[in-house]
Amino acid sequence: MTRALALHLAVLAALFAAQFLLPSYHHTNIARIMVLAVFAMGYNIAFGYTGLLSLGHALFFAAGMYATGLGIELWGLSAAPALVLGLLAGAAIAAATGVLALRTGGVSFMIVTLMFAQAGYLTILYFGAYTRGDEGIVITRAARSIGSLDLSSDTPRYFAALALFSVGLLLNLALTRSNLGRAMIAMRENEERSRMLGYNPFKIKLTALLISGLYAGAAGAAYAVLFGYVGASFATIQYSILPLLYVLLGGAGTTLGPFLGALLMFYLIDISSGYTTAHLFVVGAALLILVLFAPKGILGWVRDRGAKWLP
Amino acid sequence: MDFGPFLLLALMEGMVMAAVLALTAVGLSLVFGVMRVVNVAHGEFFMLGAVIAWFVTHFMPGPPAVAFAAALVICPLLVGGIAALSDTLILKRLNYDPEATIVATIGLSYIFQQTALTFYGPDARPVLAPFDLRIQLPWFGYSGYKIAVVFAALAILLAVWLLMTRTRAGLIMRATQLDRNTARAFGINVDRVYAAVFALGAGLAAVAAVLIVPIQQAHYLMGHDPLLLSFIVVIIGGLGSLRGTLVAALVIGLSDGVISVFFSPTLAKILATLLVAMVLVFRPQGLFGTKP
Repeated sequence: MTRALALHLAVLAALFAAQFLLPSYHHTNIARIMVLAVFAMGYNIAFGYTGLLSLGHALFFAAGMYATGLGIELWGLSAAPALVLGLLAGAAIAAATGVLALRTGGVSFMIVTLMFAQAGYLTILYFGAYTRGDEGIVITRAARSIGSLDLSSDTPRYFAALALFSVGLLLNLALTRSNLGRAMIAMRENEERSRMLGYNPFKIKLTALLISGLYAGAAGAAYAVLFGYVGASFATIQYSILPLLYVLLGGAGTTLGPFLGALLMFYLIDISSGYTTAHLFVVGAALLILVLFAPKGILGWVRDRGAKWLP
Repeated sequence: MDFGPFLLLALMEGMVMAAVLALTAVGLSLVFGVMRVVNVAHGEFFMLGAVIAWFVTHFMPGPPAVAFAAALVICPLLVGGIAALSDTLILKRLNYDPEATIVATIGLSYIFQQTALTFYGPDARPVLAPFDLRIQLPWFGYSGYKIAVVFAALAILLAVWLLMTRTRAGLIMRATQLDRNTARAFGINVDRVYAAVFALGAGLAAVAAVLIVPIQQAHYLMGHDPLLLSFIVVIIGGLGSLRGTLVAALVIGLSDGVISVFFSPTLAKILATLLVAMVLVFRPQGLFGTKP
């Protein structure tokens, strides 16, 4: 119990220290990784804990991103309310998708979420007059500050990302300890038995998807404000696959897995791009190797080898 | 141009689209029906067919018709071989677990895309049509090759139907589809049937790509749209039902042609994807399927 909490706080402390220890080249990278890790944590809540393999999380990420971006660009909101709008948009879209998609299961669930995400992506292109389609929206520097904090400069951006990541991580830890978290795992392990014990699978899965969308929306909103760009490419299928890849690599159903996966994958591509331009190959090979040889990911493997307390 | 001829043109374009779509979707449907595998790399098999067709026609000496005929044979064989290899090396080892195979075929599709990007490059390149014939209608001229595509697709679909219903190989495939354990008990080598079906499905996508590539250029990202449309067709037609797949390909191909001509292609795609999602949610057996 305390061991797990200590580990999480140590990770957060290490990330805090990294800002002072690492050369500045890594600051932007790690800020980006932390935001993407929040997205992946949300994905993990649906996939890793509840067993809902969605291929449409890019929709929730993009919902957060566009609600924030359009809120700033079209309605002239300032960054703080726009971020809240993005977070809510992610959760609302996830809940709406869930109400329909959760009527199906297994392979159908994957295809339904994939189709909704594709429809969302095409809708963004269709309303190109507002969203500027593939070209995207660049958010001006002036609109990217909360109070006197200019989130477009390196140091505040790093700490803003760290703050979001910390909140996400600790809430995720709390969730795994709560009754809801245990019920979610029960859905993954044996839906019929948990139904027999009096749980309502639909309600629990919908709640999980809503929380998942909240995380994805928050990550999308933060991405828009911190990096100043909102574009349709973030709504493509690639951005549904990325969190899946991060979670599989780090370990599905572990709290720190999404961050570990995002960190390793980001630097794997970063380092390999020094030798080869074949990014797609790296991603594809990673997916194949994971699914063939390490379906539980790194932390899942560690957990099986003794560290049973790993949440 | 008046409305009537305009609609005729839209319908003719839709027919070409429907023919190619039917070939691609039947491949996907076959793989899902027999193996219960959702093959996300199917669009990439389509793309590989087109790209290999470019290589074959580019490096083959002689008249374009001969080179094209060679591509029509070589591409499906090569792509089928790649598919059979992927099945044996990867999907079989995952025991065809639905979620794991989806993740694995996503991985495969990235690898195929990268392979095409590395060896073929980012450009879109045309392939010469085997013949150049223009059919003059009273209102507009129309490419004779496009009409040939429709008939070629019909011939291949007929061949697939004969294979499935009239031959021993088809009987074995259908038996495996019905119950793989019983099939195995009767001495059918299910592993080999799976590899063959996966190859056949990929080969059909490759043939469709070879047929379309003189009309639409070969490009390493061209697999995306056929994949999505095949999914749409297979789901609306009822997963694993070949007859439903054909009907749905016709409906989707024609309506996509008509909506794209009169409205926006993006709107047509939005409506189609939402329709699929709704069909899966409210009528999982497909619009033309019967309750299992």
